[in-house]
Amino acid sequence: MPSAPVRVILPGMLRDLVGGMAEIEVDSPSDSQTVAQLLDRAFAEHRVLDGKVRDERGQIRRHVKVFVNGEDATRGAGVGTPVPAGARVHIINAVSGG
Amino acid sequence: MTETIVAIGTRKGLWIARSDDRSTWRLEGPHFLMSEVASVAIDTREGRSSVLAGVKSWHWGPTVQASTDGGRTWTESAERALAFPADTDTALERVWQLTPDPNDADVVWAGVEPHALFRSADRGEHYELVRGLWDHPHRPSWEPGFGGGAVHTIIPEPGHPESLLVAMSAGGVYRSGDGGQSWQASNPGIRAYFLPDNEYPEFGQCVHKVARSEADGELYAQNHKGVYRSDDNGETWSSIADGLPTDFGFTILAHPRKPGMVWNVPVMDDGERIPPGAQLQVQRSDDGGATWRQQSNGLPSQSFTCVLRDAAGLDDLDPVGVYIGTRNGDVFASADEGESFQRIATQLPDVLVVRAAQIA
Repeated sequence: MPSAPVRVILPGMLRDLVGGMAEIEVDSPSDSQTVAQLLDRAFAEHRVLDGKVRDERGQIRRHVKVFVNGEDATRGAGVGTPVPAGARVHIINAVSGG
Repeated sequence: MTETIVAIGTRKGLWIARSDDRSTWRLEGPHFLMSEVASVAIDTREGRSSVLAGVKSWHWGPTVQASTDGGRTWTESAERALAFPADTDTALERVWQLTPDPNDADVVWAGVEPHALFRSADRGEHYELVRGLWDHPHRPSWEPGFGGGAVHTIIPEPGHPESLLVAMSAGGVYRSGDGGQSWQASNPGIRAYFLPDNEYPEFGQCVHKVARSEADGELYAQNHKGVYRSDDNGETWSSIADGLPTDFGFTILAHPRKPGMVWNVPVMDDGERIPPGAQLQVQRSDDGGATWRQQSNGLPSQSFTCVLRDAAGLDDLDPVGVYIGTRNGDVFASADEGESFQRIATQLPDVLVVRAAQIA
């Protein structure tokens, strides 16, 4: 029985890069995957997004936040945070700068 | 039809000033609004009108953007075109310098933060880390300056593709004689006044900018306190600060055709980063730094701003144009080698880089 897909909701600032698309639906290969694995799948066909959200080490950029079901993954296990099937994952540009 | 363009990179975007006569200017922009543009190169080799820009979004990270129509339209380089290899466990912070190589029209060099040099062999579409500098045994001892630790100056030697010089704050001058495979610190004569025991170390100097005179090959360096000339391609350095109102500053420029003509923009002091006497000015030498004179016609007095290391540039016309941009968002242009300036942009964000050229 297939698991419920994960919805990755993109911030407005990145939607222009992917033709205005607001979210990416990602099939869950099992009951759980990490944020890193989720982003690998979500960005497989949208490579331009990967360099915006993660640096070349695979880490979430300093002023980007990833929320998994409302919890800030960047405050926890980062890209190792588990993402359950059916989760809603928000990518958000942090409120920072001047 | 040719025009002179001045690319103005700021803390919050890129503007382009254009002129047909260097008297009347049109300002276009911003491009990349809200992204920092710390490096620009205008590539006119082989008749191109290309512009490369090191752009950093505070949210979405650093990229290199390219234009083939003189800065009117832009495309982002390929995904992670300039990125550290996985084995370095390092992430690119900022592209500080983009330098087209005079010896190979396909080669572009990039100096980045953290301290590293990259080389592109396809006109800036993809870049590869220069391992010779990255693996240098001194690298763990290079310290970041106040603005960050980066390779901020890259000087290939025309006619000698194997010869390359880089400078960094704080690390000093390094030279390669084999196209970047190996590097030697090259700071004899440059004083590091801030070090308590040895003011003339092998490396660790805070070099702010180096310029090469294409007229005679002389090198000029503006340091964190200290202005120097090298008559031997960077092997040794001698002070040319006598006659300047101050030896502190960030930028230095050398005339492309007139031997001995050099400009710097003096800053009062390390702890007082305003123009000397609150008069924005450039200092010009016509004799390789033996004597200096102030040029400030058209530049504001009661000015408390500052000109950063790359916020000054020359065009290659005759007479040469001199361009400076300030931290309070003004850009001044001189079409007569600094004798008089006019303001060509104002109220921009902090100016980080100014580059000028004539394009088709």
